[in-house]
Amino acid sequence: MKPFSYLSAPDTATALRTIADSEDVKFLAGGTNLVDLMREGIEHPATVIDITRLPLTGIEELPDGTIRVGALVTNSRLAADPLIRTRYPVLAKAILLGASAQLRNMATVGGNLLQRTRCMYFYDEASACNKRAPGSGCDAIGGFSRGSAVLGASEHCIATHPSDMAVALVMLDAVVEVESVHGIRHVPIAEFHRVPGDTPHIETALAADELITAIELPPVPAAAHSSYRKVRDRASYAFALVSVAAALAVEDGRITEVRLALGGVATKPWRAHIAEELLLGAEATDENFARAAAAELAPALPQSDNTFKIDLAQRTVVAVLRKLNAERSAS
Amino acid sequence: MTTHTRTGSEPGVDASVPVGGAVGRPVDRRDGNAKVTGAVRFSAEHHYPNLTYAMLVHATVARGTITRIDTTAAAAVPGVVAVLTHLNAPRIRPVRNHNIVRDLGPSVSGTSLDYLNTDQVFWDGQPIAVVVAETSAAANEAAPLVEVTYDPLPARVDFAAEQTNATPAKGDLTFAGRTKKGDAEKALAAAEVSVDLRYTTPGLQHNAIEPHATVAVWDGDHLTVHDTTQSINQTGRYLAWRFGVPASRVRVHAEFVGGAFGAKFAVWPGTVIAAMAAKAVGRPVRLALSRRAVSRATGGRTASTNRIALGATRDGRLTSLIQDSVTRTGSAGGLLEATTSPARHLYGAQNMLTRQNLVPMDLMPNTWLRAPGEAIGSFVLESAMDELAYELSMDPIALRLRNEPATDPTGGKKFSQRMQREAFERGAERFGWADRNPEPRSMRDGEWLVGMGTATAYHPVVRLVADVKVRLSDDGSALVQCGFHEMGMGAATVQAQIAADALGIAYEKVRVEYGDSALPSGPMAGNSNQTATVATSVLAACAELTRKVSALARRTGTTGQEPAAALRAARRPFIEASVGSATRFGALGSQSRFLTTFLKDQRWSKAARGAQFCEVRVNADTGELRISRWLGMFDVGRVINPKTAASQLRGAVVMGIGMALSEQSLIDPRNGRTMSAGLDSYYVPVHADIPPIDVDWLDEPDKTMPLGIIGLGEVGMTGVAAAVANAVHHATGKRIRDLPITLDKLL
Repeated sequence: MKPFSYLSAPDTATALRTIADSEDVKFLAGGTNLVDLMREGIEHPATVIDITRLPLTGIEELPDGTIRVGALVTNSRLAADPLIRTRYPVLAKAILLGASAQLRNMATVGGNLLQRTRCMYFYDEASACNKRAPGSGCDAIGGFSRGSAVLGASEHCIATHPSDMAVALVMLDAVVEVESVHGIRHVPIAEFHRVPGDTPHIETALAADELITAIELPPVPAAAHSSYRKVRDRASYAFALVSVAAALAVEDGRITEVRLALGGVATKPWRAHIAEELLLGAEATDENFARAAAAELAPALPQSDNTFKIDLAQRTVVAVLRKLNAERSAS
Repeated sequence: MTTHTRTGSEPGVDASVPVGGAVGRPVDRRDGNAKVTGAVRFSAEHHYPNLTYAMLVHATVARGTITRIDTTAAAAVPGVVAVLTHLNAPRIRPVRNHNIVRDLGPSVSGTSLDYLNTDQVFWDGQPIAVVVAETSAAANEAAPLVEVTYDPLPARVDFAAEQTNATPAKGDLTFAGRTKKGDAEKALAAAEVSVDLRYTTPGLQHNAIEPHATVAVWDGDHLTVHDTTQSINQTGRYLAWRFGVPASRVRVHAEFVGGAFGAKFAVWPGTVIAAMAAKAVGRPVRLALSRRAVSRATGGRTASTNRIALGATRDGRLTSLIQDSVTRTGSAGGLLEATTSPARHLYGAQNMLTRQNLVPMDLMPNTWLRAPGEAIGSFVLESAMDELAYELSMDPIALRLRNEPATDPTGGKKFSQRMQREAFERGAERFGWADRNPEPRSMRDGEWLVGMGTATAYHPVVRLVADVKVRLSDDGSALVQCGFHEMGMGAATVQAQIAADALGIAYEKVRVEYGDSALPSGPMAGNSNQTATVATSVLAACAELTRKVSALARRTGTTGQEPAAALRAARRPFIEASVGSATRFGALGSQSRFLTTFLKDQRWSKAARGAQFCEVRVNADTGELRISRWLGMFDVGRVINPKTAASQLRGAVVMGIGMALSEQSLIDPRNGRTMSAGLDSYYVPVHADIPPIDVDWLDEPDKTMPLGIIGLGEVGMTGVAAAVANAVHHATGKRIRDLPITLDKLL
């Protein structure tokens, strides 16, 4: 690890001023990803600003029913919050299927959004990686690509976004609140993460001098009946091969509302708009679920190791929607 | 014969072990409390004044010559003491000139490579430099700054592509590369029913919880090393030879080793380079390998491809058994993994042909990994037996029992003990095998397809030689000394139990010293030999001591009293008895004892055996595979400590489950780089993957072994992957012949 300066910010204004005035700075919250990356020599900031003292730890309901979650709320606390569990079970479940209890106790909401890919070529300094060393190439293409993306990839990068939480947030149309010395911005989560294109090292819409201060969850009544399914190579403690966040409302056999997002298959948390459009108003049948899933995955471009993800994603979507539908019918 | 239920955790036993009743009791591990409270010190945790910290630099090409190595930037990092490369590292004796007869040479070093004494690169990951610094942080910072230029050579790194370059392996004294009985190909062609199949297994990595680490300290020409080794004596003799000092001046400590599984038998680069660096900087050096370094520089299991063919009569008698196996070595060392071992010894086929083929590759030398040979071989053979059973419409257990041999199928030796039938029968009853509908894909629980599978477990017995000293003191306590290894299996606990009963004193009065090459020399801990090997000498030394005490008791008129009474009456503070000694004469004696034992053991076919049973669930939508139940029923002779034995067997089943479900070395076929260089990319099973594991044993002592002991450290891993694959077939109708059984293969 390269030596670095460590500062602890007493308040948000100081944190923002410091990052505005300096080069090569990283904010440190839970440290569950950044510290690993620094140890591996992937990240090597000159300065680390500890933000864990900032007052960004609240979970509150706004007058319009929006839930505002402070950026420093830990993953564990968010998953355990009664409001979240009843209104957005998909979010609680997604968080609890990620990492381990120890990591979730440290990891924060803001940090989770900024975690970086676990592509093994990104982690290996002897390998070419356009994310780690722009212009060096991509050894994942033609290499071990089981964990890689089939959607949203480019010839420069096929790395998946690893977050489970973000998949649920994309499904919920969450809004990311970011702040800098210039003021506050609200970024829809769908625009927060970027597909790699020819700049895979630029992963989010966050500017270099900005800090995530909160996420806002709008009211989504259908989300009260939602689920998250994570399929992976171990029963626990592994990143998703495929994950599905879904909410479903059905009346008289027809789908009146559907929200669907995918993880593990794409370079960013993937909202399945194509599938949603096909499903809305359609009959809630396995055939329609399968047709919609196939349409969503139609643009997929697999590598030799991850072709199966196209099939697996469709199967998982169908299984999740079928189960949501069955539960709704039963209740 | 008795049966005990050993599911879950056993109640601990307090200190009130009755005199004479220690053997067979589930005594708590002696080091358990110290380990869970963090009181024990592992190799990297030994501190010395003036200690420096080292970090390895690894090659990033698979084959080539180092043309330039620039250490300027690394050396400029504050706190760096030295950067050693092949240009400036101390020259030590090359491995190749090492006396193979005396010290097994490259097999001890794991490689023929002279670390830091050559500009040649033989695998991606080979250590090519070491940074020594005042702090581990400085060493860690500086190591990536060493700049290396290579003249790369074409490299053979793709195992699948190298198959045609495999050549027949010669084998060695204990293992022939080829066995032949009758004409197996002809019998196969003529068989009423047959299968002819291809199975593959990937490379595997040990991933012991404690990464390899060495602290090396020179004092003149005396070298002390604290090393994560399962072979302190070989390590000491090897280092002495390489550094040109008498063996008596090298002392190796390994009191606690955090798991090894074969990865710590050979002397890997960290050990040699730590001693080299300590010599160069004139200060103690600590070299603790990172997990990535362990993955790239300390061996691993070979991948394998296998043709297996079985021919049988309509009523299930094997007429032909063929296994052709291809495994690899490295271009700078590696071992012939005896993957055909189960095929040679399990079934009484009329005609047999087994062949081992080797392909040298420009990859890290492969090495022993728990149940080398049998772990792979049992997957291949026991999966094929299940396939044949289905071809025959026969119960897989019935097929196996129909082919139980009267004598060893290879060589015809008598079995010292063979309770394979009992293991299957008892296991089947306990597991509820009869409840299984043999039709594939016939059992279901909601979205989960349910299947049951079984397989034979098998691991041969090896016994080596140990020197032991036992001392009885006038306070009634005893001390057992032997340089054996405690890698977490309860070795010291078990030997204390044996010594207590042999001396007729209380268990808690026995102290055991181990893990130090200054002690009477013990065996390496591998091949499941250690318990029986050490017990042989402990029993002999205790018998000798008891004779001495009895004589003393007669002289002092204390016969019938506790043993120490004789010492007190004779005013002797202690009395000792030894088996073997460190003298030249003693060493000769040890060799002759080894040969005698070896020849005696060779009269028999001896093995640990068992029957593995499992129930799996496969998700009909996603192919996810979960193991829901496990039973291992073993024939492992007498069990000295049911608690540690059950733990060993369970741990081995867990490792087998990892092999079945998820473990595989990812070596990039484009460049030979190990990409699964950490627990983030090499998937060992997690708790959620492991069901309750029921293990039990038949408790029948092997009459040819001391106290009837058969080593059981490895047998639990054998047959596991086959049992899982067979259960998967039962659940889904799909045969998965390539490990690991990942969900994409089940879609």
